[in-house]
Amino acid sequence: MSLAITVFFYLATVILIAGLAYRIWVYAKVPAPLKIATTPAPVTKGGVVLRMFREVAFFESLFKSNKLLWLLGVLFHFGLLLVLLRHLRYFINPVPEVIEMIQPFGKYAAFAMIIGLLGLWARRLIIDRVRYITSPSDHLILALLVLIGISGASMTFVSHVDIVGLKNFTMGLLTFDPKPLPSDPLLAIHLFLVSVLMIIFPYSKLLHGVGVFFSPTRNQVDNPREKRHLADWARKFEENS
Amino acid sequence: MAKANFEVPELKEHPEVPKIEPGAMAHLETFKAKPEFMEALGFPGELSDNWQEQAIDAMGDMLKKYRSLQVYMDSCVKCGACTDKCHYYLGTKDPKNMPVARQDLMRKVYRRYFTFAGKYFPKLVGATDFTQEVLDDWYNYYHQCSQCRRCSVFCPYGIDTAEISMAAREIMDRIGLGDKYSNEIIGKVFRIGNNLGLPGPALEDTLEGLEEDVFDDTGVEVKYPLDQKGVDILLVTPSADFFAEPHVDGLIGYGKVFHEAGVSWTMSSKASEAANFGMFIGSYENMRKVSQRIREAALELGVKRIIFGECGHAWRVAYAFLNTLAGPWDFLDQNYPVPQHILEFTLGELEKGTLNIDKSANDDMVLTFHDSCNVARATRMGDKPGGQFEIPRAVIKAVCNNYVDMPEDTIREATFCCGGGGGLLTDDLMELRVKGAKPRMEALKSVTEEYGVTHMAAICAICKSQFTKVIPYYGFDMDQIVSVHQLVSNALILSGQNSEDEDDESEEDAA
Repeated sequence: MSLAITVFFYLATVILIAGLAYRIWVYAKVPAPLKIATTPAPVTKGGVVLRMFREVAFFESLFKSNKLLWLLGVLFHFGLLLVLLRHLRYFINPVPEVIEMIQPFGKYAAFAMIIGLLGLWARRLIIDRVRYITSPSDHLILALLVLIGISGASMTFVSHVDIVGLKNFTMGLLTFDPKPLPSDPLLAIHLFLVSVLMIIFPYSKLLHGVGVFFSPTRNQVDNPREKRHLADWARKFEENS
Repeated sequence: MAKANFEVPELKEHPEVPKIEPGAMAHLETFKAKPEFMEALGFPGELSDNWQEQAIDAMGDMLKKYRSLQVYMDSCVKCGACTDKCHYYLGTKDPKNMPVARQDLMRKVYRRYFTFAGKYFPKLVGATDFTQEVLDDWYNYYHQCSQCRRCSVFCPYGIDTAEISMAAREIMDRIGLGDKYSNEIIGKVFRIGNNLGLPGPALEDTLEGLEEDVFDDTGVEVKYPLDQKGVDILLVTPSADFFAEPHVDGLIGYGKVFHEAGVSWTMSSKASEAANFGMFIGSYENMRKVSQRIREAALELGVKRIIFGECGHAWRVAYAFLNTLAGPWDFLDQNYPVPQHILEFTLGELEKGTLNIDKSANDDMVLTFHDSCNVARATRMGDKPGGQFEIPRAVIKAVCNNYVDMPEDTIREATFCCGGGGGLLTDDLMELRVKGAKPRMEALKSVTEEYGVTHMAAICAICKSQFTKVIPYYGFDMDQIVSVHQLVSNALILSGQNSEDEDDESEEDAA
């Protein structure tokens, strides 16, 4: 079991990194032939960095759209962020002070994450418009995330996991010196589901986390009159005329 | 009230998001372009037997050329933020008019042929083969999008359905399936020089007529020159400005402003059209070819500046794309923006004090302003972000005493499309146009009832044509739509102008 999880986790890590690197390469390679920033847009690069920061850190556009959806999205994503930061304690030795400070928040952030997810799921079932656009994969991804959250939170709040053994295992992963995984069904399930999530990340809508940075309506400077913008593939027309 | 063979939506005091009615607009299909009009634009005349293969190839090609398309196909999480934002969904209740569902018509094909999950687990991710049925849906629903970008404002990833509907139309054109309205018009631009097919002599006649009208009104010889070489400014304006109401009153206004500013200017019979429907069909090549006319005209006439008249998508192509498509503009005077919007010019003159304004000339109206979608969300005026909202309002307020805005969630970046943009301003889509105007009509009705608004000013030829045609269905009068430069024209007292008594009387009659 321990060996299977170890191998699967390594495989998932490779797929996640390689898959994401490939997508980023694809996005970076495809040109944006026209200036299509959604205006009003920043007129400087610094302004664009700020706009992107507001989009990623505060979900600015979503806030404009729908306050409840925004709240559920924030609960889930920032819950997840705190939980992930808390998880760094399993991968760094000694544990940095900052991560120690996050610990109490990170523990309860699991609930924010799960509540956010359940709220987002409820929207898919209750609102006719959202139900209409939902595919089976949308339900499955939500189920996966909820199960990851519940299995993880259970190890903190219900049935404690062998922390020392776990850290021994994770540090072993990091140093390519595999150590046995503490025998705990919750932990095995948790790690398996996380690995599945890592595998589907580059091949599913979870790509939105990368896509947002490449979105031309958000990342372009509004300066088309001042600066000529020309894609490489459009240059051939220039020569013909 | 105008007659309709469909149900005109009821305007609500508190607009609400309707329940979905699948298939509500499935019957509405715009006329298809005949082979000769397709071929004139460099597309195959009609669908061939292997259209599916050609379409998938075309999609693959577009995915390599447009980052927007590639990123937007992958990034949607189906959160639903856009589902209640499209005026066509709000007006028709057809769920395929929700931005995400409209995108999904392409996304499900993209997933099937271009993603791992869609190739091996199509049902799971909602991927489907590109069947005739899917193509029919594409044709219907990608011609029920006015490319207004309202959804893009509210999408957490900035996904712009306009980019997807443009790409879809390009893919369809490339397999020989194009829409009659846009493609015929582009053909007319290439053959004759403008969307309406007005040849040079007809333009000359019209402009002479305008000069006479203005002279009769004011006693001042204001010129409306055509093809005059060696002047400073080339004015490029939508061809509807030459004769349609209320567009032509705007053109009269531009001429008066130029006259008072003391600048020399001309229009061009070659570039007698600001509109560029190449954008609507997503064809970079056609859009470029249409834009090149303006470059040629500017070079032939030897002008120093280019100014665009009131037109929404034309200003998008001008402001955001013209430098790309027809630049560099290094032969023009770099002290002025290239190109410049007529409102930027007029506001400059108002601030300089060259225009003698009598605001009371517009006292018979209480005005509101319709932000045109393309101007609001795809361009700028002036130096600062948001100038596209402030400059038109500043000009209106400088020439009118009575102005109020419509509700905040229906103006500026959240403005609703008029319902006729994006190449949909055709009679065969009248049902869509009437229903799509509903959110704007509700906003107009609210300020009519609350503040006694009598007129709505617009700065787009399509908005003006669409509204004058559609607002009678909602119990308004077509005369309630005015051009912004019509208001300027009303209030502007020309140097040496006759007294205005006569004018006042006739306006009271009209009101």
